[in-house]
Amino acid sequence: MIRAVDIKKSFDDVEVLKGISTVFEKGKTNLIIGRSGAGKTVFLKLLVSLMSPTDGDIWYDDVNITTLNKRELIDLRKDIGMLFQGSALFDSMTVEENIRFPLDMFTKKTKKEKQDRVDEMIEVVNLEGSNNKYPGEISGGMQKRVGIARSIVLNPKYLFCDEPNSGLDPKTSLVIDELIQKITRENKITTIINTHDMNSVMEIGEKINLLHQGRLAWVGNKDEVLESDNELLQNFIFASPFLQRLRKRAMNNK
Amino acid sequence: MILSIFYHLGRFVNLFRLMISKPEKFSMYWKETTRQMNDIGVGSLIIVGLIALFIGAVAAMQFAYQLEGTFVPLYYTGYVVRDMTIIELAPTITCLVLAGKVGSNIAAEIGGMRQKEQIDALEIMGVNTAAYLIAPKLIAALFVVPLLVAISAFISIMGGYLAVVPTGMITESEYVLGLRTFFVPYNVFMMFVKGFVFAFMLSAIPAYQGYYVKGGSIELGKASTNAVVFSDVAILLSDYVIALMLT
Repeated sequence: MIRAVDIKKSFDDVEVLKGISTVFEKGKTNLIIGRSGAGKTVFLKLLVSLMSPTDGDIWYDDVNITTLNKRELIDLRKDIGMLFQGSALFDSMTVEENIRFPLDMFTKKTKKEKQDRVDEMIEVVNLEGSNNKYPGEISGGMQKRVGIARSIVLNPKYLFCDEPNSGLDPKTSLVIDELIQKITRENKITTIINTHDMNSVMEIGEKINLLHQGRLAWVGNKDEVLESDNELLQNFIFASPFLQRLRKRAMNNK
Repeated sequence: MILSIFYHLGRFVNLFRLMISKPEKFSMYWKETTRQMNDIGVGSLIIVGLIALFIGAVAAMQFAYQLEGTFVPLYYTGYVVRDMTIIELAPTITCLVLAGKVGSNIAAEIGGMRQKEQIDALEIMGVNTAAYLIAPKLIAALFVVPLLVAISAFISIMGGYLAVVPTGMITESEYVLGLRTFFVPYNVFMMFVKGFVFAFMLSAIPAYQGYYVKGGSIELGKASTNAVVFSDVAILLSDYVIALMLT
């Protein structure tokens, strides 16, 4: 579980986050949604300690990470996996080498143990046959899957995904979403996803946090989205006229 | 302007402070260092050799031409080519070329990793990125560049020989006599000192430029250009300081 307590973040005179408090639950896919400029990426970077908050605390279970020194942070980060928007795979390494990198860097496993773990990960993300391909030789969706495999290869307790569906077609997005949800449930990890993909919200939004202008505007789950009368939420989720018509029809059929 | 210099100097020192730490895994750092040695050393051998060959050839030819009809003995050609190469041309020209080739490559590689969030990915994994990305490049350069400088000096002297002996401008014995005359071993020491110092400049400055790059491809291009320009200026300045201190 991760708890954010009254998180504030300013850049010079601009206050980007204005006191956000929320809980990201273990074994659930926790979503951070919001319009561009709402502060999602800054919030995610604070949560993974790539930035420090101006004020407030972030608790990883019983550990307040805002008080940790660099050494302690590095130790904590071994429990964190992160999927980046652009996958952030190492271009000079093959799929297999990318997934094996954290094992090479942080474990004392034998070569065979590492290979077994890599093969297991490749099977989990369904990338058999791509072991020796370079990131430039595979599709965006496959790159995301390699990114997921690399982020969970050390069995992290916390998984962060920054826009996992960006640049992907709806079908591939669904595959990625299902994969993240499956990993979250099977490994009982705390997963936090930063997204503006409405399909993701409605498919895997077990806990949704809507940010608006640096504040938490709504918290709920995917089932509560349709029924909520929060104007900001409705304006965000059903932004297109097509979705507005669908919602109207769904409400009329109830 | 002055504030900006102090800002960058402070950040540069801080980056190197971060770099000095116990490696997460020594074998991974060693693997990366050997890869960099190969990239910097083997990858630069042809260009360094080619430039050294022509510099030596032109210097020898020009000097032999200048000596024609004078009372200065022709064997001075070998002596001048040797000392000019060892003291100045081999370390300085080689490192200026390497600042362009290796320096821009280091800045672009690290800067590209920053832009593609690969550095963030390493940080999240718990890797000390300043150490993992910069230290192997720096160590490789400090080890390989002085060797390249020595190779460059040797090829340059050979280039001088090829330019003036087979063409009949001076005889082989005159050239060799020149090479063996007034030889001061201290000059070789100075050549290695320069090679070592310049190696630091041409790897550390580009690494700094790449590590802190922000923005898109234009900023990356600027960082790469700055890496080369600042490395070149630093090499020339330190060349002057070393000459003042060691001669």
